[in-house]
Amino acid sequence: MSKPIIATTSLAGCFGCHMSILDIDDRILELIELVDFNKSPVTDIKKFTKPIDIGIIEGGCCNSENVHILKYFRDNCRILVSLGECAIMGGLPAMRNNIPIEECLKEAYLDGPSTYNPEGILPNDEELPILLNKVYPCHEVVKVDYFLPGCPPRADLIWDALLALATGQELKLEYSSFKYD
Amino acid sequence: MKKSIKKVSFTIDGKKCTAEEGMNLVEAAEQNGVFIPTLCHLKSVIPSGSCRLCTIKSNGRFMTACTSKVQEGIVVENDIDEITDFRKLILESLFVTGNHYCPSCEKSGKCTLQALSYSYRIMAPRFPFIFEEKEVDASSPKIYLERNRCILCKRCVRTIKNKDGKNYFAIEGRGYKAKIILDPDLAMEMTDEEALTAMNNCPVGCILKKEIGFEEPIGNRKYDNAQIGSELTIIND
Repeated sequence: MSKPIIATTSLAGCFGCHMSILDIDDRILELIELVDFNKSPVTDIKKFTKPIDIGIIEGGCCNSENVHILKYFRDNCRILVSLGECAIMGGLPAMRNNIPIEECLKEAYLDGPSTYNPEGILPNDEELPILLNKVYPCHEVVKVDYFLPGCPPRADLIWDALLALATGQELKLEYSSFKYD
Repeated sequence: MKKSIKKVSFTIDGKKCTAEEGMNLVEAAEQNGVFIPTLCHLKSVIPSGSCRLCTIKSNGRFMTACTSKVQEGIVVENDIDEITDFRKLILESLFVTGNHYCPSCEKSGKCTLQALSYSYRIMAPRFPFIFEEKEVDASSPKIYLERNRCILCKRCVRTIKNKDGKNYFAIEGRGYKAKIILDPDLAMEMTDEEALTAMNNCPVGCILKKEIGFEEPIGNRKYDNAQIGSELTIIND
């Protein structure tokens, strides 16, 4: 049997969850014996080159590009995993959900105490993704199969989950690595 | 006239238990080494039965354990799939109706809502998030009211009173408009001890004492290593 293929991406996240993947330390050597990596910031592969078994999503959906990438993952991955609080509930980016977008943009680009923007331009290039009205958890946009909570999820949790997914064993959720913060 | 205290026997999930007649089931279970989770109940405070988390089956009927009194021969079911799923449902609904950002919360690691969700290993709520707008009240000199996290358990309403027995806290409005409020005049006289007790009694991070926060480092907090209820040692039956 060929090795399962993993792809990862970071949407509206801080890359902390990817850092936590690297926090499995030397077990990463064991991991590459078990799985192959495809599209991922870790490998710098930009497009899927084959069907994916396990897609790992960090971050929620705050703009049109996030939704596009998330759907691209769902279409190409057999199993999709939400990694971390942002993917599961929007996380800290979702704190803007009760503030009108106009106010957020003004604070960031016009009124912020350290802002220098004499022409008062808000980012409006058509190349830029459009902000969504709210930050959405991934499972409210596409079907997500598994969730790994934490901010970031503990490396032990990620390791246990990847091992369980790669080998088909049942995942035992240890209390020590199951956290929301 | 002093009434003699009568002991009664009952069972929880088949385990033989004894307690004083008339004791509430949460405390009776605790005496017998059985943990029944609660969010709104506090020991030696008149129960309000508002969170429904302590729901058990007593002689086959759903009851809230905090408002039920122990009686001779009752058969209590606590750790069964039906109840577990019901409790998870309550916890998940609290997560979607409030705005609970655990990573940035001062109470994280000491929060009862979070600790219970850890116990039940809740990965993600089954309901869509509402992200309702809630107002933070920082007007009091001693405490913040972070309503995004309030679960309306009324612990503060029931326990925090001033020296004249007046309530500092109250619930304003009904149904989905209900919110916790603080008497602005009384709040000016609130002592540090009262503020601290209010914060500690709050099962979530809604009531926060000002000028302290993130005191214990991650790893040393109450529920970082010990699961809630794990301190109850099992007494031999």
